[in-house]
Amino acid sequence: MYDFKFHNPDSLAAALESCSQAEDGQFMAGGQTMIPVMKQRLSMPSDVIDLGSVEDLKGISVADGVVSIGAMTTHALVAADGDVQRAIPVLAALAGGIGDPHVRNRGTLGGSIANNDPAADYPAALLALGANVHTDRRQIAADDFFTGMFETALEEGELAIRVDFPVPKAAGYAKFGNPASRYAMVGVFVSQGSDGVRVAVTGAAPCVFRISEMEKALSNNFSPAAIKDMTVPAADLNNDIHASAEYRAHLIGVMAARAVGDAILREGAA
Amino acid sequence: MPELTMTVNGKQVTGSVEGRTLLVQFLRDSLALTGTHVGCDTSQCGACVVHVDGKPVKSCTMLALQADGRDVLTIEGLAKGGELHPMQEAFRENHGLQCGFCTPGMVMASVALVQENPDPSEEEVRHGLEGNLCRCTGYQNIVKSILSAAKVMRG
Ligand SMILES: Cc1cc2nc3c(=O)[nH]c(=O)nc-3n(C[C@H](O)[C@H](O)[C@H](O)COP(=O)(O)OP(=O)(O)OC[C@H]3O[C@@H](n4cnc5c(N)ncnc54)[C@H](O)[C@@H]3O)c2cc1C
Ligand code: FES
Ligand code: FES
Repeated sequence: MYDFKFHNPDSLAAALESCSQAEDGQFMAGGQTMIPVMKQRLSMPSDVIDLGSVEDLKGISVADGVVSIGAMTTHALVAADGDVQRAIPVLAALAGGIGDPHVRNRGTLGGSIANNDPAADYPAALLALGANVHTDRRQIAADDFFTGMFETALEEGELAIRVDFPVPKAAGYAKFGNPASRYAMVGVFVSQGSDGVRVAVTGAAPCVFRISEMEKALSNNFSPAAIKDMTVPAADLNNDIHASAEYRAHLIGVMAARAVGDAILREGAA
Repeated sequence: MPELTMTVNGKQVTGSVEGRTLLVQFLRDSLALTGTHVGCDTSQCGACVVHVDGKPVKSCTMLALQADGRDVLTIEGLAKGGELHPMQEAFRENHGLQCGFCTPGMVMASVALVQENPDPSEEEVRHGLEGNLCRCTGYQNIVKSILSAAKVMRG
């Protein structure tokens, strides 16, 4: 890892200031992706702006049908939060299924979505729940936020502050984890909310995406049977040492049906 | 070089490090606390697990400067007054280590696991160890050790 200048601002304003003044500054959340990437010398910022002491970026609140989570809130805190567990139980479960306990104590919501790993869990939740990302300068709908493999709508120096998740009527998630990394080989998040049914798939393609055909079928009949035998073309899916594109295509159908079942079960339990 | 101050195993320590110095490097190289191991250096194996403010983290994937002002506990700080921690004792009793390389991380992860869930099922223990690999594949006895230590720790 190349050396860099370390900044430890304790306010939002100071964090933005440090980044804008640096030659090639980069924000660091928990470092769970950034440190490994820097070790490999795939990234070599001149300045690292650590967000760990910026209290304005932490915390969870639930009000008026919206769960609002600060960018620096760790996966462990989301998983254990009683308010999240009550409002969107599957979101707490998703956070509790990321990586392992040690990673969950450092990894954050903001870092996960800014990184937009094709196999990360949170992007599927944001897209399916129709969440909004609030940054230091604007609000970005999840539909516009995830733009490609490791690519987002965030501009140079733009800081994600929090994500607002509308509370759905029902929502479920099913992930087929890679047995070694725990990242999603295929993960499907399904939600039934005020603007209809949304189905988002992670892990299968270079970027998280929605399946409108399934959304239509589930709008008419929210049950696993409604999407039985529905397939997704393998042509655009990832093909790698972990799984072939055809295998992933098959998994999408299986995981989608399980996610719908999960949503129905959770709604019944609520 | 930037200066830092933290509490390690109950004692306040200061040091100067580079921005890129990892927490595990500071512990091993500056403080000579070599109980914390580096197995993979890629956030996979958990040999480097220590507690920061009471929570287990992978110290190969945290900058030393990110622990500035925090409270760090390593395997060296677990025994009290020459007496092994119940988790260490249980690993010894149940043959929970073979070569011993993964052991410091396993023990630190396990102590945190039982602190959070004092009466875990076998499945919860196995699940809780997802971030810790044992190259000797001694999981059977590691799980046995943790279940037995949990009983002692519950009192
Ligand atoms: C062993 C292991 C297993 C994992 N398994 C999973 C898994 O199963 N599922 C999953 O979804 N993820 C998984 N992860 C990823 C992990 O959960 C983290 O979410 C991810 O690594 C991001 O880490 P971080 O929050 O520490 O961000 P960092 O690594 O600190 O930052 C990542 C990127 O985001 C940028 N950034 C951070 N915060 C902000 C912000 N507020 N605004 C703008 N940009 C920002 C940084 O500049 C950097 O480019 C795993 C990671 C590891 C190491
Ligand atoms: S050395 Fe840190 S996880 Fe392997
Ligand atoms: S005892 Fe050898 S690696 Fe676990």
